[in-house]
Amino acid sequence: MILYNALFSKKTIIIGIVLLVAFLLLPYFLTRFYIYLLALIFAICLLATSLNMVLGFGGMYQFHHAVFYGFGAYAFALFVTKSGLPIWIGYVIAPFCSALLGLVLGLITVRLTQLYFGMLQLSLGSLVWAITYRWYSFTGGDDGIHGIPIPDLIGSSTGAYYFNLIVTAACLLLMYIIVNSPFGRTFQGIRDNPERCEAVGINVQRQQLVGQIIAAFFAGIAGTLFVTIEGSVFPDLMFWTFSMETLIMCLLGGWFFFMGPALGAVIIITVRTFVGIYTEYWTLILGLVLMLLIFFLPEGVLSLFFKKDVPSEKKEG
Amino acid sequence: MLQVKALQKSFDGFLAVNDTTLNVEKGDVVAVIGPNGAGKTTLFHLITGQLAPTSGSILFKEENIAGMLPYLVCRKGISRSYQVVNIFNRLTVFENVQVAVLSYRKKTFNIFQPAKTMAVSETRKILGSVGLLDKSEMTSGSLSHGDQKVLEIAIALGNRPELLILDEPTAGMSPEETAVTLRLMERLSGELGLTILFCEHDMGMVFSIASRIMVMKQGKSIIQGSPDEVRNNQQVREAYLGGADQCST
Ligand SMILES: Nc1ncnc2c1ncn2[C@@H]1O[C@H](COP(=O)(O)OP(=O)(O)O)[C@@H](O)[C@H]1O
Ligand SMILES: [Mg+2]
Repeated sequence: MILYNALFSKKTIIIGIVLLVAFLLLPYFLTRFYIYLLALIFAICLLATSLNMVLGFGGMYQFHHAVFYGFGAYAFALFVTKSGLPIWIGYVIAPFCSALLGLVLGLITVRLTQLYFGMLQLSLGSLVWAITYRWYSFTGGDDGIHGIPIPDLIGSSTGAYYFNLIVTAACLLLMYIIVNSPFGRTFQGIRDNPERCEAVGINVQRQQLVGQIIAAFFAGIAGTLFVTIEGSVFPDLMFWTFSMETLIMCLLGGWFFFMGPALGAVIIITVRTFVGIYTEYWTLILGLVLMLLIFFLPEGVLSLFFKKDVPSEKKEG
Repeated sequence: MLQVKALQKSFDGFLAVNDTTLNVEKGDVVAVIGPNGAGKTTLFHLITGQLAPTSGSILFKEENIAGMLPYLVCRKGISRSYQVVNIFNRLTVFENVQVAVLSYRKKTFNIFQPAKTMAVSETRKILGSVGLLDKSEMTSGSLSHGDQKVLEIAIALGNRPELLILDEPTAGMSPEETAVTLRLMERLSGELGLTILFCEHDMGMVFSIASRIMVMKQGKSIIQGSPDEVRNNQQVREAYLGGADQCST
């Protein structure tokens, strides 16, 4: 109970409960398509929020976050189709596989700062993508893997909806707790001023490595949620353009707000679905959105509603 | 407590610190003075590990810490503030200090407890002692320059240092703020028994608080001694102070 007092205001708890109840009831009023769409949105909300843990709360230029998402999805798909063990175990193993990839990539990249970190991650992530894309005998190459069996309980579209809803809600709660923990506080310190963090005795690289592992873990869970609704995996899941799309979700919703990226995910997925023409034009739209954001709303949509007295860039005297 | 010997730092051949010697005993308040560009900040960067020396040694409690990483130097018991404000802009004043306290308590990998409830009394105590308690919920980036400079010191106190290094703690402060900061330093030294090493342009302040003074010029330490010794040193008068009246406060 102390925990809840320290973390949530009464208002937040009420809004959270109302939202949760609304989402629990929603399937009774929606067609299958919208149930599917919402279930997808849940997964992407989780993905974007996991990215923002390191981006908005850690100041790390995580340019290729989707690779952890795709890796989790593939780990799940491969485990389920190749091991013959109960499918549920796949849900547990996949996030740990992503976390392991986070550890490995993190060990290589975390020594670099800012853009250099981001660029190296982008190239290493692309390497993972390329291997997945080429290794036909194991990953199915550019065809991916289809018809992945899902447990009956959550195999229907409504079942998948509820599964994704509950897992996403639980993960958001966990991530919220982490962001507000001493680890999260330290992470925000590193975001603001890594040099000063070192000066107060913080091993910045180790904090960042752990942050990367945690973010990758949650991205891996998001990956399994995607497979749950889609029943298939393909290399595009870890293509760099999808990472950029996820980044834009964070920037759009508000990367200094916990719920910002989730809002960004809702907007982007909805627009993407209804704009329909999902080819070059979509990338064009994304690029435009990004440019408008940088110029007019650098702290995202939520910053319109919650004014903070932070000077966005402190001018040097 | 701290012995700097024959320390050198070269930037592409330019010796910013050149054969510097410095001695700080436990309980001392040591001032480093010298004109702009003398190498004072560079010297502090070398001691706190932000820069690695080209040669020479830095002994802290008998251990050579030259070239040690900043976070390890801090854990040895040396905290510092910066000449140019160097805080956590988006965090509140409270959180700024709390980051240091949590680090001191080795809680930075704790991911499940709410930070809001941790290290609260110690953080508030530090903020109270520097006079920032009533601003503790403000975002630090929006504080006045003077308050940010005080916050600089408060953050450094979060690690319970044995040696506190302050790089021009009153730079850019109003005369009133300077006086308050001077009293704060006196209290830190007197009541908490902190050893303080600082550099400063305000000679009045230096001569009123320092128990020892080291004079630097072009990277070299010219002399280290008591305020009287430094005041009366002919070389210092000629080279730096430029006249007896200026430092006779
Ligand atoms: N990173 C650096 N690279 C090159 N030169 C530097 C660097 N830092 C300081 N210097 C030079 O070293 C000299 C001493 O600087 P500094 O230590 O900041 O002096 P002070 O703090 O006494 O004013 C100056 O001439 C400055 O230009
Ligand atoms: Mg200086």
